[in-house]
Amino acid sequence: MNESEITLLFSSVVAGAAPIVLASLGETVTEKSGVINLSLDGSILLSAMVAFVAAYETNSLALGFLSGAVSGALIALIVGLFSIYLNRSQVAVGFVLTLMARDLAYFLGNPYSRLQGPQVPPLPIPVLEKIPFFGTVLFNQNLPVYFSLIMIGVIWWFLYKTPAGLELRSVGEHPEASYARGIDPKKLRLFYTICGGLLVGLAGALFSLSAKPGWGRPQGAEGTGWIALALVIFGGWHPVKAACGAYLFAFLQVMGIYFQNWFPSIPSQVFQTAPFPLMIFTLLFISYAQKKTGDADVSSRTQFFLKLISGNAPAALGKPYGNT
Amino acid sequence: MKSTVISRFIPAFGGIVLTGATVALLTTLVLIAAGAPPLEVFYYITRGAVGSGTKIAQTLNAWIPLTLCACGLLFTFRIGLWNIGVEGQMMMGAVFSTMALRWGMTSDYPTMYLIAAFPAGIVGGGLWALLAGFLKTRGGVNEIFAGLGLNFVAQGFILWLIFGPWKRPGIASMSGTELFPIELWLSSLKGFRISPVGFSLTVAAVVLTALILRYTKIGLHLKAVGANPFASRLFGLNPDKNMLLAMLFAGGFAGVAGTIQVSGVYHRLIPAISGSYGYLALLVVMLANYNIWASVGVALLFAGLNVGSIQLPMMLQMDSSLSGVIQGALVLTALAVQALREKHKSFQKRANSNERI
Repeated sequence: MNESEITLLFSSVVAGAAPIVLASLGETVTEKSGVINLSLDGSILLSAMVAFVAAYETNSLALGFLSGAVSGALIALIVGLFSIYLNRSQVAVGFVLTLMARDLAYFLGNPYSRLQGPQVPPLPIPVLEKIPFFGTVLFNQNLPVYFSLIMIGVIWWFLYKTPAGLELRSVGEHPEASYARGIDPKKLRLFYTICGGLLVGLAGALFSLSAKPGWGRPQGAEGTGWIALALVIFGGWHPVKAACGAYLFAFLQVMGIYFQNWFPSIPSQVFQTAPFPLMIFTLLFISYAQKKTGDADVSSRTQFFLKLISGNAPAALGKPYGNT
Repeated sequence: MKSTVISRFIPAFGGIVLTGATVALLTTLVLIAAGAPPLEVFYYITRGAVGSGTKIAQTLNAWIPLTLCACGLLFTFRIGLWNIGVEGQMMMGAVFSTMALRWGMTSDYPTMYLIAAFPAGIVGGGLWALLAGFLKTRGGVNEIFAGLGLNFVAQGFILWLIFGPWKRPGIASMSGTELFPIELWLSSLKGFRISPVGFSLTVAAVVLTALILRYTKIGLHLKAVGANPFASRLFGLNPDKNMLLAMLFAGGFAGVAGTIQVSGVYHRLIPAISGSYGYLALLVVMLANYNIWASVGVALLFAGLNVGSIQLPMMLQMDSSLSGVIQGALVLTALAVQALREKHKSFQKRANSNERI
């Protein structure tokens, strides 16, 4: 592998990871407020379909992204209403919506299969793109990819540096205490579930308009939602760590293409399932790390490393607040 | 209190009617959005599900794996586990059965191997379920992610088998392994292609599940741990052991479903051997409100929807995934109706207690 190939590799990692970054950031926001939106896999597909159809019909990419985001938000709204206000199991509602949104996408999107639609054009940033290596990797992408990069910082800043972010985290950690401080945990949870859904919807739009352009059955984004959900755990509910996980995952995905060239006899479908055993091992490792942090017989350097990768779930994650 | 049979029956019945009407309305809206003629769609689905003897047999052939998986899921739901891995457990049951049947191809006693395919399926499904169970109890990996990951692994494994070691002589293709000789097929009725063995096993599984969950210690223990794992420990119950037991039951039943798919329906291993029946069975059990007898009926309805919607691509050039939309809408609406009824009840309770004061 020579230098330009390596540059190309990293550039495609940044581009390919963009939708996964957005989806895991969205889910991090939702879960930080105490709600699990398990419908990610279906949400991404439905918003990918809606975004593609909207962009195709109106020939406007902006409208495509907007309608994709709105579809993601609408599914999140259903998850929120059912789990927060109707007291149903978050997992049950999310799982049903995963399957239903996917099937709805296949059904409604059927006439738009394999059509040539609009695609997001590349937008190299002048001057910055000239920087060796980093210029190509970071500044020779398209607008939504820049957006995904910026959002990592924005979400981190919002969650940890603003009063609103503190309120968001408080309803995920201790809703009773935030209620005592005059915050309505239910309203706030619903709001941030929808916000998370908007980002997930954008992730879907990014798939059908940029990363894997077009619509079809299968679209190619199948399974990504589950990966994003696992990345939230991998990131220990920290947006920056979750995003790092997304880049690591995209890197392995790109490497999978090379592996495929080395073992041509194995069908490509087998490689497509490779991320999932990896997901299990990662979760196993994270759980082990969480158990070991604080153990006296572990060296301080290991301790530091364990602390770095493990993080605790919001204390009230998945627990309904109030009964009526 | 006027809690007669009728007054308890009517709200339940009303709930079903309300759910059905809402879903019919939602589906019609989806169809209008897709520019499809709703009445025609409903007609084709119904005709495709129950229009002839062949169609009814197809529906029953879908009902068998759905019901078997639903039986297994009742065990895992009872203890509070979300066994999404049921899909992969069915696949591994199919893989192990195929292995047994492939040995039978070169044997002088094929019937023996056909019989052995069933325990093989149970072992395959059971092992895959135990793996998810150990990941949960020992590894601290949430059973949803463990199960889902293992589903994809099982799918990759089947593809690898079909394109690698078990490929058809000459050419490997997505159409699956080579067909088994007819001695290794689960015999089916003439003119009504359904295997009596598969059907009776499914009925037996339903009865067995009902009996175990209701009348045995196993059922009681699963329920106790599911209701309160900490309290159950005080009664000398081991939550981990019981979780693994529930997983074993689920995997076993799903494995049998895989065996029947291989030996009774497709007579070979195909990539889509599980037909998403495992995922669908989760919806079946939810809509049946975790009741075994209701699950049997809901499974029949869902099987009919699945088989009936195969007509859509042929007759109306539409995607058959409409069945999934209807099934999802049914579960969501039922959840909403259930929630509203609970709210109404607690409201009435409060009103009553106010009166007493």
